[in-house]
Amino acid sequence: MPENHEESKIVRVSNVTKNFHMGKMEVQVLKGINLDITAGRYISIMGPSGSGKSTLFNMIGGLDKPTSGQVFIDEVDIAQLDAYELAWLRCRKIGYIFQTFNLIPLMTALENVTLPMTFAGVNSDDANDRGMTLLKMVGLESRYNHKPSELSGGQQQRVAAARALANDPGIILADEPTGNLDLRTGEEIISLLQQLSQEKNITIISATHDFKMLNVSDQVVWIRDGQVDKIENRDELSISLGEISIGNRH
Amino acid sequence: MENNTSFLRQKKQLTRHHVVMPFTKSVGIAFRSIKARFLRSIITTISLVLAVSFLCFTQVTSDIANSLASLENADLQRKLTAAGYDPAPDTKEETTQTNKWAIKNSPKQKWIVSLSLLVCVVGIVNAQLMAVTERFREIGTMKCLGALNHFIVRLFMLEALMEGGAGASAGAVFGALFALLTSFFQYGSTVIYTLPLQDILLSMGKAFITGCILSLAGVIYPVIVAARMEPVEAMRMEN
Repeated sequence: MPENHEESKIVRVSNVTKNFHMGKMEVQVLKGINLDITAGRYISIMGPSGSGKSTLFNMIGGLDKPTSGQVFIDEVDIAQLDAYELAWLRCRKIGYIFQTFNLIPLMTALENVTLPMTFAGVNSDDANDRGMTLLKMVGLESRYNHKPSELSGGQQQRVAAARALANDPGIILADEPTGNLDLRTGEEIISLLQQLSQEKNITIISATHDFKMLNVSDQVVWIRDGQVDKIENRDELSISLGEISIGNRH
Repeated sequence: MENNTSFLRQKKQLTRHHVVMPFTKSVGIAFRSIKARFLRSIITTISLVLAVSFLCFTQVTSDIANSLASLENADLQRKLTAAGYDPAPDTKEETTQTNKWAIKNSPKQKWIVSLSLLVCVVGIVNAQLMAVTERFREIGTMKCLGALNHFIVRLFMLEALMEGGAGASAGAVFGALFALLTSFFQYGSTVIYTLPLQDILLSMGKAFITGCILSLAGVIYPVIVAARMEPVEAMRMEN
């Protein structure tokens, strides 16, 4: 991929390790990860459970601090950021989508989508307008006044996707976004994410073990035992996983 | 290097104003959160209502007894003595003349009141710990969306203040009413004519403020713990 060297690296992970204390034992979950992610691509982080992919994902999102090493987002080391800057980063730069949706249970779909805009200082009228536009985009404009408990899993995840887009982030982090969804709704979410990466040039980083994700990924990072096992681009991928991905390539 | 630090400082000044939570919005969210968890809020509040009304009851009862004692009516003084007060002037007070008939709260009464308040705080801390714990995921999510620690703290403090305010005012009113009723049945209609309205209102106000403070004191520890967590920890806790 020589032509990609000139493109900007939106995320750079450098020698990141992470230890967890399990009682008296100290377990090293990440053992020195190096990773460059180019802006505008769709990246899947794959690996068996326990491989450390969720931990890596949390490091990239600034949701947890590495034991050693650095994570750069737009060439800023996020360990150097204070609470205000970190909040700003989470609010403006990164949109999160979780396996468990994590909508605020008491708020309606529209309120969930507008909450990040409130934090960003957008006034309520503008936020509501934009919130409705985003809900329309995910096909839920008619259900704007429903609480999460009144929505199906797929609908909740689509609201979560709209919320992730609220402040026009450069990066969307999706942690097992299809993990709690059935096959069909999972595919809907995947194609929504793909559409976002293509139309809005948003970098999508998704931790997953859903093989359906591979078909739409520009790049797949395989994690094994806390280390990067291999990084494959889409064209290499179709060779190594031929039968699985051929049907859906376009 | 110097360039870099000045850049960071500049950025800090820029970003400091970029994550906000309007106060009215916090009040709205806090209010709805109480409304949605009405039953739980009621249970949290009931211990506060009981403690505050007990405090208010003892204060108002002694206010009334005080004003009755100052009438120096022999029949009333007999009733007061029967009720456990000691209206007879002791030798020391006789010489000073002022406040001759003042009835002080007995040490035992103070002891019981402070114990009941203590039990109330423990109850509130417990209830709030549960309430905060079951909302760890919500707190973590909000932090992921860009909430600062003090947004979270403010949200829960507002909730506690609303619950505390409602509970404490209900407690103060119940306590005062109950004190009036028992005094009325104990000492007869004289109570109404000699009602020390100012003292009673003052006692109610004190009980109300004590209630609000207790409610805030109960929530402050759990919420600071929760707000300081890394978002991931907060979201993992509940799983």
